[in-house]
Amino acid sequence: MTKGTSRGSIAILGTGLAGMGHAGGATEQEIIAQASCMAIERSGLKKKDIDGIITSSLTSPWWVMRMAEYLGIRPRFSDSTMFGGSAFIADLKIAQMAIDAGECENVLICYGSTPRSVPSSSRVNQMRAELDPQPYEHPYKAFNPVSSYSLAAARHMYEYGTTRKQLAEVAVAARKWAQLNPDAFSKKPLTVDDVINSKMISDPLTVLDCCLVTDGAGAIVVTSSKRAKELHSKPIYVLGSGFAHWHRQISCMEDLTVTPAQESGQKAFAQAGLTPADVDVVELYDAFTINPILFLEDLGFCKKGEGGAFIERGRIEPGGAFPMNTNGGGLSCVHPGMYSIFLIIEAVTQLRAEANARQVSGAEVALVHGNGGVLSSQATAILSSAL
Amino acid sequence: MTEALSQAQRPQSAAVDACDRHYFEALTQGRFEIPKCRDCQKFHFFPRVCCPHCGSQALDWITPSGKGTIYSLTIVRAREGGDYTVVLVDLDEGPRLMSRVVGMPVDNVRIGMQVEARIDTTDEGPLLVFAATKERS
Repeated sequence: MTKGTSRGSIAILGTGLAGMGHAGGATEQEIIAQASCMAIERSGLKKKDIDGIITSSLTSPWWVMRMAEYLGIRPRFSDSTMFGGSAFIADLKIAQMAIDAGECENVLICYGSTPRSVPSSSRVNQMRAELDPQPYEHPYKAFNPVSSYSLAAARHMYEYGTTRKQLAEVAVAARKWAQLNPDAFSKKPLTVDDVINSKMISDPLTVLDCCLVTDGAGAIVVTSSKRAKELHSKPIYVLGSGFAHWHRQISCMEDLTVTPAQESGQKAFAQAGLTPADVDVVELYDAFTINPILFLEDLGFCKKGEGGAFIERGRIEPGGAFPMNTNGGGLSCVHPGMYSIFLIIEAVTQLRAEANARQVSGAEVALVHGNGGVLSSQATAILSSAL
Repeated sequence: MTEALSQAQRPQSAAVDACDRHYFEALTQGRFEIPKCRDCQKFHFFPRVCCPHCGSQALDWITPSGKGTIYSLTIVRAREGGDYTVVLVDLDEGPRLMSRVVGMPVDNVRIGMQVEARIDTTDEGPLLVFAATKERS
């Protein structure tokens, strides 16, 4: 039997956020650096103590070198695997492998982008498409990524009777959480009818079924659980994690209603030795309203096909029985191209009981789940305030 | 294939480029061909130099029946020009591919509909599209 990483062997120390919403003219390197410095300081560490760095970029393949250079770090360990938006949860596993193996002690995981204040030029978008050619999809002019998620939503509605109203309820719940979060971008009251009647982008998803495009940067520092208690009064332990990817393009996804979250979730729960019933608060990557419905099913919170019914009647809203996406999510809080670093930071905030108006009382175990590409890569982690 | 895509493909892998070129040149000549594995007998799509089912490199280009079923569907509400469908079609031979349904109003297209391939000519070159199969529906 292979050994693998150990349950709870690493812990999250400090976290940092910067440039949330609109970065006011700062560049992405600047806001990532600000978030990183905050995370390092709150970890009880100095920059010289950071000997591992993991980051990735939607645009630059040189990103980890650029960020290490900017911060003045010569890392013993670095990684920049591109999983899309799920990356920073998958990075918990990569950091754990490096720390468990003794390759480094303190790993900075960071990401940020400024697509709201500096929208990608058509030239950059064209370049991205050319560097990731999809000649068998591209000619059909899908409005991606929305259309790919629309294809998954349409199939889920066809197979399981998931309704337009249920999709809208995901966005409405996110907005209600955002109204409790000072860092959230969109706080205007939102109804199910608002979502359904907003501009259709790619049936069945409207513009309000889609995540925001905002600026924002997030950073965390992880270290071995053995050292964590000396450095931080409330380390948050990574009890288990896992990632999986089964396809890149939506036309290569075997079953549009079953995502690799099944595999990443099983790995994370198995390592943590926990089940969905043990989780107090859930942070799922809601790039589109169909996503949490798929992930609740694939992660085992409900049976396949029952995700729509699961979230109904305010269950996932503030005060509901199943607190989910408590920062307001990618739908209403922040979404700078890739989002999963913010899922981790929100879960840590909840587990430290520092979430103020949106605090889930007694939250001890959190599940964070990230998504990348077009349901392509999935990463899950189980976090806890206790080992 | 667009100029941009063909340029992006070329330096990466001669073999992959050859696969794409075969497929799109066949379309240009009015033939829809997909790879079939000589070892496991399965078809696959998109075309590769090795079978994604068994790893064999013994592949033949075969003309499929062109018949298939719509697995999923979205309608892109275009900012300019008319709305159009993006569909995933399961070919009777097994593979799934992305395409567009033509010859009927976009709002009448349904998941589960039986469709048949045809090659349309567009400004950007030949395009494999599908139309409803009347006799099978």
